[in-house]
Amino acid sequence: MPIIETEGLTYTYQGGIKPSIRDVSIKVEEGEFVILTGPSGCGKTTLCRCFNGLIPHFYTGTLKGTISVAGLNVIEHKIHELARHVGFVFQNPENQLFALSVEKDVAFALENLGMPREDIQGKVEWALKNVGAYALRERAPHELSGGQQQRVAIASVLAMQPAVMVLDEPTSFLDPLGAKKIFEVIAELNKKLDITVILVEHRLDLAAKYVDHVIIMDEGKVILDGEPRDVFNSDQARLVGVGIPKATRLFQILKEDGFNLKKIPVSSDNAAELLRGVLSHD
Amino acid sequence: MSMFSGFQFRKISTPVHNLDPRIKFIFVIIIFAIAIMFSELPVLIILFFAQIPIVLAARVQKEWIRSMRGAAFLAAIIFATNFIFSYIYSGYIFTPWLLENAIALTLRFVVLVESFSVFFLTTSPDHLGLALEQSHVPYEFCFAFTTAVRFVPVLAEEAQTIMDAQKARGLELEKGNFMKRIRNYIPILIPLIVSAIRRSLELAEAMESRAWGAIKKRTNLYELKVKKGDYILLMLTVAIVIVAIYVRLYVPIPSFSSVFAS
Amino acid sequence: MIEVKDIYYTFPNRVQALKGVSLTISDGEFIAIMGQNGAGKTTLVKQFNGLLKPTKGEVVVDGINTRETSVAKLARNVGFVFQNPDHQLFCESVEEEIAFGLRNFGFEKNLEKKRVDWALNLLDLAQYRKTSPFLLSGGERKRVALASVLAWDPKTVVLDEPTIGQDHQQKEKLRQFIVQLNSQGKTVVVVTHDVEFVAESNPRVVLMTGGKIIADGIAEEILTNEKLVTKASLVPPQISQIFLQLADLGLPTNVIDIYQARDVLSKYMEAKHK
Repeated sequence: MPIIETEGLTYTYQGGIKPSIRDVSIKVEEGEFVILTGPSGCGKTTLCRCFNGLIPHFYTGTLKGTISVAGLNVIEHKIHELARHVGFVFQNPENQLFALSVEKDVAFALENLGMPREDIQGKVEWALKNVGAYALRERAPHELSGGQQQRVAIASVLAMQPAVMVLDEPTSFLDPLGAKKIFEVIAELNKKLDITVILVEHRLDLAAKYVDHVIIMDEGKVILDGEPRDVFNSDQARLVGVGIPKATRLFQILKEDGFNLKKIPVSSDNAAELLRGVLSHD
Repeated sequence: MSMFSGFQFRKISTPVHNLDPRIKFIFVIIIFAIAIMFSELPVLIILFFAQIPIVLAARVQKEWIRSMRGAAFLAAIIFATNFIFSYIYSGYIFTPWLLENAIALTLRFVVLVESFSVFFLTTSPDHLGLALEQSHVPYEFCFAFTTAVRFVPVLAEEAQTIMDAQKARGLELEKGNFMKRIRNYIPILIPLIVSAIRRSLELAEAMESRAWGAIKKRTNLYELKVKKGDYILLMLTVAIVIVAIYVRLYVPIPSFSSVFAS
Repeated sequence: MIEVKDIYYTFPNRVQALKGVSLTISDGEFIAIMGQNGAGKTTLVKQFNGLLKPTKGEVVVDGINTRETSVAKLARNVGFVFQNPDHQLFCESVEEEIAFGLRNFGFEKNLEKKRVDWALNLLDLAQYRKTSPFLLSGGERKRVALASVLAWDPKTVVLDEPTIGQDHQQKEKLRQFIVQLNSQGKTVVVVTHDVEFVAESNPRVVLMTGGKIIADGIAEEILTNEKLVTKASLVPPQISQIFLQLADLGLPTNVIDIYQARDVLSKYMEAKHK
């Protein structure tokens, strides 16, 4: 059974004139690394909020259609019940860390769940080590760099050992190296711990190589849903204004010239390999 | 701003820093109570000097002196007001006792600042929040407290950025008469407030997403444990209370002026 | 012209953010100041309009030493668009917001009205003239902030991380707008860590790290120099990464954009088939 399944999902914010997402029907299998992208205002954040119950419980409004996450019907379960299965990492690192020390922040969710202290300590250590931030455990969040803060945010969500992790443009405020490191951390968690990842991201160049499933939205609707290579290479992706990986774009314009790389690259390593193959072939 | 730095916590490890904040607070309250109980100068002098060893043990002399300097201005006002009014009230007759009384009341204020300053200098906001929690203050308040403290440096930085942004549009904060200057702060206050509101919304989302409200009885990663040092302080405090009550009831305290008069 | 003469800057909290920086920006230049978060880029550009004054050394803008004049006077010619538009927006309507700077600089009423109209049209905001800026989307608010600075027509425009939070199309529009601004004679300084953005615009690139400038030259050479780029905590543009991996085949490594790549590859294939 897919770990996330929606059917005809439509949502209008309170006071909104038209729905922010319309008729969204998607399936995400367990363990997938999904990228959700599309131009600003396409509804990606709105859709993500449906995954952990922020919609419809925090953002009141009209929700139609069905959605089930980790076997639970989102409409029938409170946010704190869903939180144990779906972790959410937000865009701004500063505004999701509230405690005065890193380990207290990572422990926050577990404290809320009433876990006994000894168990909390173990899980906090585990989560911090998995994102490579154990050395920062006694620091104050304000002293950390943006990249470090996001790692701590990921750890504080990881501590609950959720089946799904949703990250909404987590690298917006980070520099390229910081962004790269975060994608590596997320990819590790996806591979090693089998956590299903839903990543909302514009910077496809850096993230595309880790991904197995791409969903592109525009104006509230899902317009493309499938394998990264096919989705990125499609005309629709470019028409809608998505910044497809440069490697894929290069493939496209080379093809126009009759220069065929045969396979569609989504990352620079991919493209270099394919080019090498074609260029050395006499 | 420098007076406030006389109350700002710095993370070092001293016997005073490591004491349980609840016990420390009880101690501070007792000092406060004793300072109120006695208006005799000798007692207040003792109270003042008795805390100096604590300041030294906590290695916060520099910051403590700053808080004292900050208090000096208010202290001078308290002294002047007391002295002038009691002088007038006693019919414009100057007696040494008038002076002594005014000094005593001023010293009472200083003793208060002294003890609270040491308390805040040696207690991390984290520990304070924890102390509140373990004293059964509802978690919402403790959380509001620690979160507020957490965001103070962030808000301060943001205020500076907003000021820079508006100055870069030609806003001159120092120019103009009093009314104009107040109006000049609107372009600073509004973005700050709007940003604070946006920030609270984001925080609320993040809190909900981390199972806020799942269970009524939250557990805690840290726990304040009362240790040997705390028991010693507690016993000391009790002893001080007993001595103070005894002295108040049975021991007449000579005032300096009467001693000098004779 | 902006001359930065061996400046040092230390923050009140004793952090040294600039350690001996020298730079000259001529009128009409298009320059990107790049480096990781914390390298000192924003600290450097804040010296251009006097928001910060160097602890040692001096900054001379159009012949005037920044220490000898006010921020307001410098701001008239060096317009600053901050990263987060919400740090500037406070008026009840977009129109008012754009007029704010004009009023501060003493534009008379008729000219003020003309400039507001001009700025609204330039950034496609005419329909939002009477709207409250707080009701607009993120991208629209960025345009309002930009309009409010361009309205008073500063000679130099400094943009601090203009691409953060923008989607691909918005970035592309902004990029074209900036290039156009520069082609109209404005000096444009962009502070950014977005290598793709810079690769496509090809400005002069100044690379900073740890409070120092470690490179100053053309985008093609600097962004494809792996050592330099890594030192500044950046990554080379995607296209460059491809060519850096194919250097052993004899392909040039200073390729930073797609069309350049296509040309280089077709030349290579031609040469091979001969």
